[in-house]
Amino acid sequence: MAEITDVVCSLCGCVCDDIVVEVEDNKVTKVKKGACAVGKSKLMGHGRIESPAIRENGSLKECSYDDAIKKAAEILAAARRPLLYGWSSTVCEADKVGVELAEEIGAVIDNTASVCHGPSVLAIQDVGLPSCTLGEVKNRADLVIYWGANPAAAHANHMKRYSYISKGYWTEEGKKNKKLVVVDVRKTATAKMADVFLQIEQGKDYLVLSALRALLYGYDDVVPEEVGGISKKDLLETVKMIKESKFGITFFGMGVTHTRGRHNNIVNAIEMTRAAHTHTKFSIMPMRGHYNVAGINQVCTWETGFPFAVDLTRGYAWYNPGEVSATDLLIRRECDAALIIASDPGAHFPGESIRHLSKIPVIQIDPFPNPTTEFADVVIPAAISGVEAEGNVYRMDNIPIRLRKLVDTEYIADEEIMKRILEEVRAIKEKEGE
Amino acid sequence: MGTKVNLISGRTIVQGQNLDSKLSEAYFNEVATCELNGSDMEKLGVAADERVKVKTNYGEVVVKAKEKAGTPEGVIFIPMGPWANALVSGDTHGAGMPSYKGIDAEIEPTEEEVLQVKALMKTYME
Repeated sequence: MAEITDVVCSLCGCVCDDIVVEVEDNKVTKVKKGACAVGKSKLMGHGRIESPAIRENGSLKECSYDDAIKKAAEILAAARRPLLYGWSSTVCEADKVGVELAEEIGAVIDNTASVCHGPSVLAIQDVGLPSCTLGEVKNRADLVIYWGANPAAAHANHMKRYSYISKGYWTEEGKKNKKLVVVDVRKTATAKMADVFLQIEQGKDYLVLSALRALLYGYDDVVPEEVGGISKKDLLETVKMIKESKFGITFFGMGVTHTRGRHNNIVNAIEMTRAAHTHTKFSIMPMRGHYNVAGINQVCTWETGFPFAVDLTRGYAWYNPGEVSATDLLIRRECDAALIIASDPGAHFPGESIRHLSKIPVIQIDPFPNPTTEFADVVIPAAISGVEAEGNVYRMDNIPIRLRKLVDTEYIADEEIMKRILEEVRAIKEKEGE
Repeated sequence: MGTKVNLISGRTIVQGQNLDSKLSEAYFNEVATCELNGSDMEKLGVAADERVKVKTNYGEVVVKAKEKAGTPEGVIFIPMGPWANALVSGDTHGAGMPSYKGIDAEIEPTEEEVLQVKALMKTYME
């Protein structure tokens, strides 16, 4: 039995890096401290895709890695408008090869940001983002706002490590030194902890943000007695808390990006931060979901100039979410093959998009069987990044952290799989060119 | 004709714990559900674990009802996953992001079975 300290969690955007596990017989047997319930479940492991497989006559038949990789390359090389999607639950090294492959075959490359914080990216490109690191939040913030986010369920260590409950340099007593405001449609577990809970009517985020902006700028007279289900009294109380704080932060989640208004909601939230700057220091940050969705946005930007929804079929990068984002391509039934890696559109895309995806040749690269496996034509099992493979990822505040390898495996890591597919594709193309 | 409601979706702890085991019973029991306010359950005449059919313009699913006090009247919450997404439009209104929350839906009690994830995926492949 060996104890491994400073283990990095590869589950959510918190990327907790202080976990202690026990390893015995090349298996994680115990998570001793540091991980939340969700991270612990990830580290302890689940049933795997046992072998590479190719679908024949409707059912998956086991094969070798070589055969699966060859088949994947054949599908991609023959496709006229392939989609390469996912990339958020793997490491930047694999993502980099993904962009190279997209360029090689003239594909659309998109990542899970397009169904989580894609609207936040659009807003940030529009008005910028006055943000900070989670370390700054931990040490400075005395006011934390969670807007349309429920970290108690989705980022279970977030409050303890970085925000409301954490003890920092200027907030030695943790939550005694801090105030918590939660804005949500439901009275969630996070909302129950709040000093002020603003139970907003669904879809009214833009209106409430506008009201708070007006109040922060001193235009109390233009705000009616109730906005989006929230009384003016509660809005004024929130504004008072913002004004009295020394350093405030708004963390926002899918409650704002998934709903009516989308990127416009985020633009307004960023403008509210700007309004707060007339009184105090204030920051804002998206609650990124997958542990490396921020990383694929980084890699895709370095390589193509754009963070997601990039079409490389023209021979240059064409960025247009709404046109070449994955769900849009799929409902227009435009793509004729897809490579899905480190994500599960079968579970997380709208049914309307899955309908087309399930009918075209799909290559799946993932450690675990999931709804996407049900229609995948080539299934390539991968090592679990952060457990069986190392590599770099970006935390939700865009701080790079290196995942550690805890145990050995016979499964191949995503980066290696991608490199081998790319090599095969190049070999096919070379042959075609002869 | 069912009762009109506003459908939203999102994460739960158990959904997160089973992200890597979506074909498991634990995932099914957590995600193929629909949280409602107690008074909405009473109006619909359904008790906990009884089945309801939720319909939108884009699809319909059968899930199990669950009472959740923090859910406002007229709003239903289905944990993110295949059952919630069967009800979502792929249209992104030019933004790249589907409307996963704030969907006009109708809900009614039903005797129909809840589809397991594999059966649900099959409906797309037809």
